[in-house]
Amino acid sequence: MTSVAHAQPHAHGGGDAHHAPMSFWRKYIFSTDHKIIGIQFLFVSLFFLLVGGILAMQIRWQLGFPAKPMPGGGLLPETMVSDGHILPEYYVQLVSMHGTFMVFFAIMPLLVGVYANFLIPLKIGAHDMAFPRINMWSFWAALLAGLIMTASFFVPNGPIRSGWTNYVPLAARPDLSGVTVGQMLWCISIVVLGLSSVMGSLNYITTIINHRAPGMTWFRMPLSVWALFITAILGVLALPVLQGAAIMLLFDNVLGTHFFDPAAGGQALLWQHLFWFFGHPEVYILILPAMGMVSDIIANGSRKPIFGYHSMVFAIIGIAFLGWIVWGHHMFMSGMNPTLGSTFMVSTLLIAVPSAVKVFNWMGTMWRGNLRFHVPMMNAIGFVSMFTIGGLSGIYMAATPVDIPLHDTQFIVAHIHYVLFGGSLFALFAAMTYWYPKMFGKMMSERLGKVHFWLTFVFYNMTFFPMHIIGMGGQMRRIYDPTIYNFLKPQQPLNEFISYSAFALFAVQFLFAFNFLWSLKFGKKAPQNPWDDNGLEWSLPNPAPHGNWEKVPNVYRGPYEFSAPEAGDKDYLPQYTKLPTDRDPVPAPVPAGH
Amino acid sequence: MRWWLPDAGSTFAGPIDGLFTAILIITGIALVLVEVGLVTFVIRYRGRPGRKAFYTHGSTRAEVIWTAIPAVTMVALGLISNHYWVLIKDKKSVPPNAYRLGVHAKQFEWQVTYPGPDEKLGTSDDFTVRNQLHVIVNQPTAVELTSEDVIHSFFVPEWRLKQDAVPGMQITAWFEATKTGEFELGCAELCGMGHYRMRARVFVHTPDEYKAWVAQQAAGGTE
Amino acid sequence: MKGRIFSVVGSMLLLTVCSKGNQSSAAPAAPPTAAPTNEPAAPAASSAAGGTISGKIKFTGTAPKNPTIDMSEEAACKSKYTTTPTEENVVAGPANALANVFVYVKSGVPAGQKFTPPTTPVVINQSGCRYHPHVFGIMVGQPFEIDNSDPVLHNIKAIAKANRPFNVSQPTAGMKTTRPPFTAPEVMVNLECNVHGWMHAYLGVRPDPFYAVSKEDGSFTISGLPPGTYTIEAWHEKFGTQTATVTIAGTETKTANFTFAAH
Repeated sequence: MTSVAHAQPHAHGGGDAHHAPMSFWRKYIFSTDHKIIGIQFLFVSLFFLLVGGILAMQIRWQLGFPAKPMPGGGLLPETMVSDGHILPEYYVQLVSMHGTFMVFFAIMPLLVGVYANFLIPLKIGAHDMAFPRINMWSFWAALLAGLIMTASFFVPNGPIRSGWTNYVPLAARPDLSGVTVGQMLWCISIVVLGLSSVMGSLNYITTIINHRAPGMTWFRMPLSVWALFITAILGVLALPVLQGAAIMLLFDNVLGTHFFDPAAGGQALLWQHLFWFFGHPEVYILILPAMGMVSDIIANGSRKPIFGYHSMVFAIIGIAFLGWIVWGHHMFMSGMNPTLGSTFMVSTLLIAVPSAVKVFNWMGTMWRGNLRFHVPMMNAIGFVSMFTIGGLSGIYMAATPVDIPLHDTQFIVAHIHYVLFGGSLFALFAAMTYWYPKMFGKMMSERLGKVHFWLTFVFYNMTFFPMHIIGMGGQMRRIYDPTIYNFLKPQQPLNEFISYSAFALFAVQFLFAFNFLWSLKFGKKAPQNPWDDNGLEWSLPNPAPHGNWEKVPNVYRGPYEFSAPEAGDKDYLPQYTKLPTDRDPVPAPVPAGH
Repeated sequence: MRWWLPDAGSTFAGPIDGLFTAILIITGIALVLVEVGLVTFVIRYRGRPGRKAFYTHGSTRAEVIWTAIPAVTMVALGLISNHYWVLIKDKKSVPPNAYRLGVHAKQFEWQVTYPGPDEKLGTSDDFTVRNQLHVIVNQPTAVELTSEDVIHSFFVPEWRLKQDAVPGMQITAWFEATKTGEFELGCAELCGMGHYRMRARVFVHTPDEYKAWVAQQAAGGTE
Repeated sequence: MKGRIFSVVGSMLLLTVCSKGNQSSAAPAAPPTAAPTNEPAAPAASSAAGGTISGKIKFTGTAPKNPTIDMSEEAACKSKYTTTPTEENVVAGPANALANVFVYVKSGVPAGQKFTPPTTPVVINQSGCRYHPHVFGIMVGQPFEIDNSDPVLHNIKAIAKANRPFNVSQPTAGMKTTRPPFTAPEVMVNLECNVHGWMHAYLGVRPDPFYAVSKEDGSFTISGLPPGTYTIEAWHEKFGTQTATVTIAGTETKTANFTFAAH
């Protein structure tokens, strides 16, 4: 059937495309619209980001000023803070829950829950996800998991005390950790979260495979979609391993099994193998989507096609593949056979190669560009420069002999924060600003955004760079009071400096929060294509309606045709723009239900 | 304030610090390359009206170059690292003449068992001292690490030595201290609320001092 | 059990709850004559006059030597002692008297009878890296306070079955932690510190006020008992338990002596 110009919207029988007005509850709460679900994830994970940040501030107070009572400490119960002093067990709970919240309930849902949901259908030209209801359940499961995790603060003996990694036997033996209910809640929450993640991932994979617009071939997909696709595969394979391990841990705690208790024939290192078999792919779940979105934004900001599109795709696949065979590098000091250490060292060092390729390609994209420094671009450049430091500092710990003094010190803390904050979070600031108009129809304040970027960039480096130094000096992770060690005492001024910087860094984030909330109401109305971008999503009004397109547009080219000669006087050429020389793609058969 | 690794206190410090410096140079070059490149591009290619970006999809040659250089560097680094790794951690690398001590970790203390005057572990003249590790300078020493309850990690920064103590396993970690004096042994793996307090003093003695100390301990005296 | 009968007006035993006041005297205890200077909180609940059980606890054989404690890595604790401190496994008095025996009415108190726990807390103090007292009793529902007089970290791990176990820490001197009361009778709840492996204390949790801990001369007194036949158990951390049956007819004092065999 050839569509004609005067075709009424209802002529195209897209089930999801047109909807009668829905009640508030159906539209915003129990929504099956991938965009609303993405926005739900956004608010929930920003909340958990705040929670994680508040926990971090308390950690920094204790490390910077170990003998001083914490301001506001009196508000906390005596089991956590006594006479204003953070108790050692609460400190351990702080570090454990900071890690847990940031990894599982802030960064992962921000990247995957928000942007996989929001971007995939919009960028590949689908009406919605393949399984909209499963998608809704995925959100509610994630929220439930977050609430269960939060609840562990309010049960007797509080939340876990064994680090976000829950090393056993500490985590498996309530008599040794002092945690009872909190440990069970952690396990249950992780199982529920894994369920959410698997439901989401299956949805993303299916949608990308089956619901691409006509002409959207694999190698015309934006790198953000590629990255989210590979991430979803990692998620669907990795999370079940963690779920399994968490169930075993739960059984050890509740049913008296001894999977992890060597005193009764269990294996202490088994947990580490299972956890990191999940955990290392998880690290890439936390960075690949960031890399993908940054690629889109850098190409846009440079007004140039991404440099080496195909090698960027293969680098994503390469990182994802190598990510499965490097988990042992978390266990170099664990007593694992040193020969195994050698193997894991080589695979770990090799992962530097695709990472380097990506960095060089981003630089290649900027090279001879015509750079536009909008807020997303600034944050994306910040991402590249900070991820580089995080990537390079990884080499120290990949080289096993050098890992010996650095393992489990503040050096690794600096490393993960350069990757997860300097990397993922800068990418998220970029992405949140970039797709804000698509979500809410408004622009965020450019000026506030720039002030936020520069202050964050400065305080971020002041916070995390010195951690490399105190780590080299030997300060162990997760210690409550470094000053009891003579070799750490001289470093205490630097610890104080880090704490002051961290407080400033935290405070500056309220600029972003303010900008985000203020612009919802008072932001400038967004033009249809505010960034002069090529993506399919900008063919829609802002915000996009439920069901996205009346008729899915045809795709005529790749996503990065900036400054293409055939674009004429514009410096971009959207994927959906038909030039006289373009032929319509053969329409794909319409999947059932659409 | 110290801006570098702690002072070297064992034979491992030489190669490890050397390797650290080598990586610092390699990553330093890469870092400068990227950051200076970024800043240069940001200034040089900043947007100006009427200017158009150079339209290109990339260069296979560039891709090959910047894939190959990191790959070769990393493999070389891996080979060199592995040489020292085996030397430090491999079971076969423990010197046969190593002086053996037992170190038993538990929440939240280190129990060090000394072989006593007969210099053999597992005999009746062994004695155990809490939170004090006494060793002989320039004498290869092997500690048999065990744990009572949870995972702990034996960490002496000056010796560049770290090894987890895992319940259910006996792990040998060896070293040769090169500097006499007093140091500290900390736990580097979160082992519970008292993790930070799991600290022992380390004394590196001359052989004579050590003998005198053992004699004093065998006589039942403390200090 | 050999009982001799005396007739004494049952009197209420009021023991001071030791906290800050006598810490200084509590600390430098030089074994083997060390005695628990902090006496257990008194079962102050029963105000009614009743029968009394008192007695002496002895042991036969030679008391094992208490191991010395190496406090050389805890200067702050070590400085509280003039001689090398020891553990308090067997605290013997003159003439083989045995202190730190927890004596309580194991059965015989009518099941339905309820006793109101005192509102004054039982206090355990950590001083010189030892617990004061070392053996003590507490009533179900009675507040429990933990004090730290040492400028070092102590954690207090309670190993309990009938009650909820807990593990809390006190990193600085002067800290006081009030724990929620125990909820079920349990003999004994073990307390230990994992920073200082030698630190152990034993806590008998009872639903009634009929318990006591033997003093350095081996004596103990349980008073305020209503008429009835009771099974009395004496518990010692090293020597195990012994039981005796005592019948109380009115306001009388009966004697229950126990003799443990040292091993």
